[in-house]
Amino acid sequence: MLRVIEFWLNGRRREVAVDPREALLDTLRERFGLTSVKRGCEVGECGACTVLIDGVSVDSCCYLTIWAQDKHILTVEGLQKDNGELSDIQKIFIEEAAVQCGFCTPGLILSAVEIIAAGKPRTREELRRLISGHLCRCTGYENILNAVERALRESLAKKTEPN
Amino acid sequence: MYDFADIYQAESELDAVRALHEDRQAMVIAGGTDVLVGIRAGRYPSARLVSVHGLEALTGVQMTADGGLRIGPCTTFSALESDPLIARHLPFLAQAAGHVGGPQIRNMGTVGGNLANGATSADTAPALLCCNAVLELTSWQGVRRVPLRDFYTGPGQTVRAQDELLTAIAISPADCNGLAGCSLKYGRRAAMEIATLNCAALLRREGDQIAELRLAFGVAAPTPVRCPEAEALAAGAAWSSALAEQLAQAALRETRPRNSWRASADFRRRLIAELTRRAVTAAWQQTEEGM
Repeated sequence: MLRVIEFWLNGRRREVAVDPREALLDTLRERFGLTSVKRGCEVGECGACTVLIDGVSVDSCCYLTIWAQDKHILTVEGLQKDNGELSDIQKIFIEEAAVQCGFCTPGLILSAVEIIAAGKPRTREELRRLISGHLCRCTGYENILNAVERALRESLAKKTEPN
Repeated sequence: MYDFADIYQAESELDAVRALHEDRQAMVIAGGTDVLVGIRAGRYPSARLVSVHGLEALTGVQMTADGGLRIGPCTTFSALESDPLIARHLPFLAQAAGHVGGPQIRNMGTVGGNLANGATSADTAPALLCCNAVLELTSWQGVRRVPLRDFYTGPGQTVRAQDELLTAIAISPADCNGLAGCSLKYGRRAAMEIATLNCAALLRREGDQIAELRLAFGVAAPTPVRCPEAEALAAGAAWSSALAEQLAQAALRETRPRNSWRASADFRRRLIAELTRRAVTAAWQQTEEGM
């Protein structure tokens, strides 16, 4: 029997009737058309399906949609401004050549959003650990780390900028 | 879509216990990082689930009136890693929790699930064994308390009955004060790995001696184990690297690692010796730094 779940999705209150066996990954892709959330390993090992739930990174393949009641969910589609302009972190990923095939990118961007939102400076080693839930077969991670480091640095600098 | 037969979201601890009692086929799901993966692998055909996901009463770390700690089984690895009480009293448990998987897994996976799963590779098991943790198991019939040391009966098997819910992990005041510890995990990767071997050492220092040592391993035997022979050797012994070597040899005598696709028994034996030396040395170093 279908269950009706309500949650906040990319800032909007949404309602959906789901089979309780549905994973959040399935719901976001198939019901809401949010294909930035990738179907990678489906067992929580690659991070391609990562979304932010109440600001916390989660593998949506291992998360039942029925658990999302009243949660705030963020996918990469929710980062763009209304006029389509990319967010800072997205622009930096592109500028730092941190994107090749792009399959791991949405998940990594959301983990980066979480890291930046925490507002703490991090060493490169700490950043390595913080993105360790993501597998990338293309880039070798160095440019990804460059992008996250730069985005974090610029975000922290903005916070301390005198008016 | 996951292939399970039914899922009931419990509204309270009591409600979960009732649901498990009324459906003798039902199994518990908390964070889902083990159970959902198992369902996808076909390990639980027609599974009927009782979900304790999100139950506040089972989540979090509290200090009890006598100064001990009570850990809710639905506490995630992330929460354990950053909990102020754990940081203060059992930092080596926070260290162990931080070894599990990666950030996303730690945000959902629970310490209760880590134990109830019964896996010898559970990353928090060696540390909790060193803490002499006691598990509170609740059923419709009542509550019983089982030391973690007596919890495991074989690979993936525990004394927990189908209708029992793990409702607390209790640590007594003597086991979470005045002790220095270290948790280590060896895997081919630095993250997203099941342990090839894991280890925890916890000790109390008096002067230049180890007053008491607790040493535990995972993946060194069919279940997580303590090393009583090594511990007896360490009791009252003056610290030296020679002692660390003796402890490593004792640990080897008390463990029984196997060949698996991850590593050979021979490699695991080398790890047991090396991790003993490193864990005990690191724990001792902490006492030098005044913790």
